[in-house]
Amino acid sequence: MSAPLLQVDHLVKTFGTGEAETRVLRGLSLRMAQGEMAALLGPSGSGKSTLLTILGTLMHPTSGSHAMLGVDLVTASDQALTEFRNRHIGFVFQFHNLLPDFTALENVVFPTAVQAGRETAAARARGRELLERMGLADRVHFPTANLSGGQKQRVAVARALMNRPELVLADEPTGNLDRASAMQVMDLIAEINRDEGTTFLISTHDEKIAGLCRRQIVVGDGLVTG
Amino acid sequence: MIYALKIATRYLTASKAQTALLVFGVATGVFIFIFMSALIGGLAEFIMARTAGDMAHLSIQAEDVEPDLLLPLSGRTVLLVQQKDSGGAAVLQDTAALLPLIEALPGVTAVSPQINGSGFLTRGGQVTQVSINGLQPGKESAIADLAGYVVEGTANLAAGGVLLGKTLAEDMGLRLGQTVRLQSTTGIEALLTITGIYEMGSGGPDRRQAYVGLATARSLFAMPQGVTRVEIKLADLYAADAFAPRIRALTGLDARSWTEQAAQLLDALQAQAQTGYLLKTFAMVTIIIGVASALLLSTYQRRPEIGIMRAMGAGRGFVMVVFVAQGALIGLMGGLFGAAAGYGLLLAFPGRDSFAPGQSGLPIDITQGAYGMAILLTTLGAIAASILPARAAARLDPVTAIGQ
Repeated sequence: MSAPLLQVDHLVKTFGTGEAETRVLRGLSLRMAQGEMAALLGPSGSGKSTLLTILGTLMHPTSGSHAMLGVDLVTASDQALTEFRNRHIGFVFQFHNLLPDFTALENVVFPTAVQAGRETAAARARGRELLERMGLADRVHFPTANLSGGQKQRVAVARALMNRPELVLADEPTGNLDRASAMQVMDLIAEINRDEGTTFLISTHDEKIAGLCRRQIVVGDGLVTG
Repeated sequence: MIYALKIATRYLTASKAQTALLVFGVATGVFIFIFMSALIGGLAEFIMARTAGDMAHLSIQAEDVEPDLLLPLSGRTVLLVQQKDSGGAAVLQDTAALLPLIEALPGVTAVSPQINGSGFLTRGGQVTQVSINGLQPGKESAIADLAGYVVEGTANLAAGGVLLGKTLAEDMGLRLGQTVRLQSTTGIEALLTITGIYEMGSGGPDRRQAYVGLATARSLFAMPQGVTRVEIKLADLYAADAFAPRIRALTGLDARSWTEQAAQLLDALQAQAQTGYLLKTFAMVTIIIGVASALLLSTYQRRPEIGIMRAMGAGRGFVMVVFVAQGALIGLMGGLFGAAAGYGLLLAFPGRDSFAPGQSGLPIDITQGAYGMAILLTTLGAIAASILPARAAARLDPVTAIGQ
């Protein structure tokens, strides 16, 4: 059996100390294989967002192990985590979180340019190609402030895919969109997953969205319950 | 680095009004810096030109030697009150061979051998006590700019000629071309023709000074050899203290710096310079505080974006460079605009050379605006000011920042 893309074991995360201490993750374990498209389900406060944040190397767990592509991400330095995140993990947030003073293309190429130190022609070509794939060929040089909510979220998906990451973490990516835009975004995600084998972990409350994923991971009370 | 610069530039151009206000604030500080530099520098040069400019920067004076007292050895204590002898002038012998050595020293611009003493100027029944300055012809303006002060006639001290102050001439009713009798304290007198009348603008020299040629002074003071004083002018008058021991070592003569005789003037100039430094420091501190506070505000406003950049793989160093670059760009732009505005405004003032006492305005020297220094210091100051906000931005927790 091949090694999983992602593996976390006995993950614990607590916030605060003393009486104010809150244990959000209580020994959660999870494995994901390359090419999976999974929905992360669970009620509010179940620990979904905390889990995604830890998996995205933006937060350290209180205890437990976390490895991806065979790299131990618990003991890695801040700089190593930043580089790892840049190369291997893409993010799609609920509120798109684009850089408002930049165009759609500039937002998409950011992950590549920040590592290279400049916007290369190759990066711009890749960014254009992704935006075309997202149906935004005519919006390449638009300031993101001039795009609709659905268009912004598609730009965010393109940005997450820019460095061809193995894993894309999406936190309620359709939570702020109307049904038509939500389905459009999900169709694109499914297409990328199918064509390029990119692994997606999508946090959602929407059962219809979850139904589009081949695997459902249910989190409850800080543990994987199903 | 190039990409961080692009992000920094975009942040600045995205908030045009805020950036313009900030650059204007920095430019105002730079303008004050440049204006103060030009004013303090011009004022110092003006004062120096009007005071120490006409002074010798170094002078070698023969020491008066009191004659030995001839008293009988009575074994008793003798109380003696003696007036200092002012009749016989002490003489510096053998200076002819030493003067070329001094003149050859780098930094020495003029050497003026002189014979000075006292005397009486007589015209008809009028007699006035004067100081007699014997100068070498051709070197009349080596120390004080006599040629520049001449209002009638010429500064050339030809044989048989005398140069008098305007007040002295007016007091005695003297005119150019008239003959006067000049008698030294040794009793020797000479008939001289008034070849020039000067006005230095200060009472003493204009009322009490008579300039004659060195040959005339030799006759008046019966001094066939040597001189009483050697005055030296330097390219940098502030180097006088360092030059004095060099001349002493070279010639064995006791050279004294002008700073020994004009300590108060030096103190005043130094106090003025320090006031200038203080004002310029205040201008620089204002710039630093302004830039730091504006960038701190910008850091706060852009917290979510910093979080996004960090999540997308931007390191702490990259975020720091983005904010430091903003500080540097603001400093550079403010420095350039402030320097240009300062230069433009200073052009409207009359130059220091054309400024005269009693004239309204300021003795500003446009060449002392320290433009390059102002731009450099402002850019460095703005970079320093941006470090604190940049560090704050780089340390931001991306999860917290995005959550906002």
